[in-house]
Amino acid sequence: MDAPDLKSAACGSSAAEPLRQRGQHEVFCGLTSIIWLHRKMQDAFFLIVGSRTCAHLMQSAAGVMIFAEPRFGTAIIDERDLAGMADMHEELDRVVDRLLSRRPDIKMLVLVGSCPSEVIKLDLDRAAQRLNKVHAPDRRVLAYSGSGIETTFTQGEDNFLTALVRDMPVQSETAPASLLVVGAMSDIAEDQFERIFRSLGLEDFSFLPARRSTEIPAIGPNTRYILAQPYLGTTASELERRGAQRIEAPMPLGEEGTTAWLRAIADTFGVEAERFDAITGPGRERAKKAVAHYRETLEGKRIFLFPDSQLEPSIARFLHRETGAEIVEIGTPFLHRRHTQPEFDLLPDTVAVSEGQDVDKQIDRCRAADPDLIVCGMGLGNPFEAEGRATKWSIELVFSPIHGYEQAGDLAELFARPLSRRAALEVAV
Amino acid sequence: MQLTIWTYEGPPHVGAMRIAASMRDLHFVLHAPQGDTYADLLFTMIERRKTRPPVTYTTFQARDLGGDTAEIFKTACRDAVERFTPQAVLVGSSCTAELIQDDPGGLAKTLGLSIPVIPLELPSYQKKENWGAAETFYQLIRGFAGGRTPEPKEEGAPKTCNILGPTSLGFRNRDDIVEVQKLLAILGVEVNVIAPLGASPADLTRIPNADFNILLYPEIADTAARWLEREFKQPTVRTVPIGVGATHEFIREVAELAGVDPTPALLSEEERLSWYSRSIDSNYLTGKRVFIYGDATHAVAAARVAEKELGFKVCGLGTYAREFARDIRSAAKEYDVEPLITDDHLEVEDAIIAAQPELVLGTQMERHVAKRLRIPCAVISSPIHVQDFPARYSPQMGFEGANVIFDSWVHPLTMGLEEHLLTMFRDDFEFSDNAQASHLAAIGGGSEHEEPAQEEDQPEAPAEDGVLSWANDAEKELKKIPFFVRGKARRNTEAFAAEQGVSLITVETLYDAKAHFAR
Repeated sequence: MDAPDLKSAACGSSAAEPLRQRGQHEVFCGLTSIIWLHRKMQDAFFLIVGSRTCAHLMQSAAGVMIFAEPRFGTAIIDERDLAGMADMHEELDRVVDRLLSRRPDIKMLVLVGSCPSEVIKLDLDRAAQRLNKVHAPDRRVLAYSGSGIETTFTQGEDNFLTALVRDMPVQSETAPASLLVVGAMSDIAEDQFERIFRSLGLEDFSFLPARRSTEIPAIGPNTRYILAQPYLGTTASELERRGAQRIEAPMPLGEEGTTAWLRAIADTFGVEAERFDAITGPGRERAKKAVAHYRETLEGKRIFLFPDSQLEPSIARFLHRETGAEIVEIGTPFLHRRHTQPEFDLLPDTVAVSEGQDVDKQIDRCRAADPDLIVCGMGLGNPFEAEGRATKWSIELVFSPIHGYEQAGDLAELFARPLSRRAALEVAV
Repeated sequence: MQLTIWTYEGPPHVGAMRIAASMRDLHFVLHAPQGDTYADLLFTMIERRKTRPPVTYTTFQARDLGGDTAEIFKTACRDAVERFTPQAVLVGSSCTAELIQDDPGGLAKTLGLSIPVIPLELPSYQKKENWGAAETFYQLIRGFAGGRTPEPKEEGAPKTCNILGPTSLGFRNRDDIVEVQKLLAILGVEVNVIAPLGASPADLTRIPNADFNILLYPEIADTAARWLEREFKQPTVRTVPIGVGATHEFIREVAELAGVDPTPALLSEEERLSWYSRSIDSNYLTGKRVFIYGDATHAVAAARVAEKELGFKVCGLGTYAREFARDIRSAAKEYDVEPLITDDHLEVEDAIIAAQPELVLGTQMERHVAKRLRIPCAVISSPIHVQDFPARYSPQMGFEGANVIFDSWVHPLTMGLEEHLLTMFRDDFEFSDNAQASHLAAIGGGSEHEEPAQEEDQPEAPAEDGVLSWANDAEKELKKIPFFVRGKARRNTEAFAAEQGVSLITVETLYDAKAHFAR
């Protein structure tokens, strides 16, 4: 519990040599990504095979109160299943039959593995194959693991997209070069990018995940893919295994990130520089103008990011480059060297980086560093606020539209709001 | 395997966390994988707790399985004790750790810690949150109070009691304790220990010194109270003082055990429910149908207040607390309704629809159901949400609790004279369910959206066997009934028609049904 030592340990770290932490992780497990995935893919149902804890996590993490029956649920394993009194595969088939007969609108059923199902080695891939024999082709059944022993928060989406990629049809060898944008974004940002792609002259492009399970594109050596989210390491490997080639770029966050991302696409598809400038010019100007509103609030502010979604390096880059904030520590649950390199290229070498977490030690470091703003999860927010520190919920970064030019100002505002609110309030804790 | 969309209770280790988070100088080391830390936000977000709950999670990963998960537990436990310096440590497993069978209790023993270790067995695949809380509280009391000899008392010293059951995330527990202490102060009864909320393990060792126990929330503290009855012959006050009648009974029960005069506590100047309920404005409350669902304590208490103190009619009574199903069954018998014992929220929703209540009293989930059905509602029980931790003082117990209940159950209803006006002038265009608020007409561009007139032109459907249809004029007459009771009128009329074997509902049928169901 020697705070100064710990602080210096983090200070010596960098993207090349991050401080690796192994202790209490104050993060969600991969199941939590279902909260946006089930909204994104509107004909899919996500069935977690797990425990009461999984069900309770899902309703608590999202503050879910149910207005309409949601397209996710939990098949709760009970003692009869564990004692072998019931055959778990038969039980699962029974639950699935009941579910699908009640929900004819569901075109894709996704079986999601959890910590308990992984520990007891319940083979959900096999279950999916078996169920497909009954329900395909009308309904497809997929499986992936969102368990906390294997995945952190956004890695759940990574595993889901990996399962989708495995299921993609093979593209014909003579197909023209096509673009695949990978990673769930808000629909509005996706629509904006679609308009820009068309204006740049791109015709053959698609998004993964698609809004409907029936719109999964084909894949092959002529596919060029670009990540719209940084946490998709396994998906990227699977795409490359299927022959797709990666377009390298920073994430499309902020004016700079969005331009670099679009330029990487434009260069790949041979768009002329003049056309690129003409098409992106107005968006760039609007993004700069919108972000400028918040620069005064954020410039020179010292920001500490706790690990959450793996978006941390990209967010740090945006805050540093476009709002003039100083980054104290970038905490990330997992550091994908290759995918985050374009972000770190735009950050000073002096930024401390930590991977994994030992939350008590990280809190010590954070208190010692005394930043102006702490980006952290909901379990830590109010305790920090009660100490008089300003915080930003990191969960909003995956629950609100932040990608692209038109959202650049909104992204800056997310971080400026806690600071301007504190300035506005005359009451103190 | 059970398909679950939403659940009233979390797993048992969340119950254990609620006890740990309620107390001081106690730490809980939970053997659990990454992700189980979500439970922290129940406390920091819903309750706006200012500190992290005192829980350390071991966060084991797949690569640790079969290897050194036991070592990870030992390291986490040792570090937590060193960092947080608690008086005692609880150790237990979440659902996944239960499967790998590391035995946190045994592992903690090998650490040679200088503080007591309370091992918890929390069977995640059988039990739920409230059971976990009750079991944890019982193990703590047994651990710290067990084997103690009550301190001798001077002759004539005032009687003392413990208050058992209030917890973190309990519905209005924070304010209930204050209200109960007020009553005890008037009676001259001293409070020895309040637990678990605000108590330390050292405080628990003093529990045997009290003359009796007050059991505020049986779901949490019944197991412990029964053990204290057996072990220390401490009698238990079992009346939960929710509502005026129960508060009076509670005062008498306490006064008898303490050997004091109950009168000063019974005469409260501040209790207003009785007069408000007697005042003529409250006539319109008579016989309002109310559906009640929640934990057993609050549901049973609410039924009594609803029938005997507000003059409502209980039309449904249920609980998710299976351990206390018997209490609900006997109360349901008293109010002549079918008891609903289920933890399936969809079944509760169906029961609400079938009961056609005018007011729903329930948990956060029933509040949402009622909002969807456009039925007035109030929350009376956990599970609860951030808005159920109001900034203002708002107990459920004692006389102020009764006042709070009057306001929060009556205000959602349409008020007395207002209801008459709605009935008198039901054709008033502003009372239509399609009407926009009249003060917003200017921006809405018209105060009423006409319902499509198509049905006027439709011929009356030929009546098939066993199929009900509405005559046009009956349908029109039905529309004159205020929208918030129209659904009920429609269902009643159809039920009546079916019973009478009438297939075409006319205006006559409508009014026959009204007479039939008149109360």
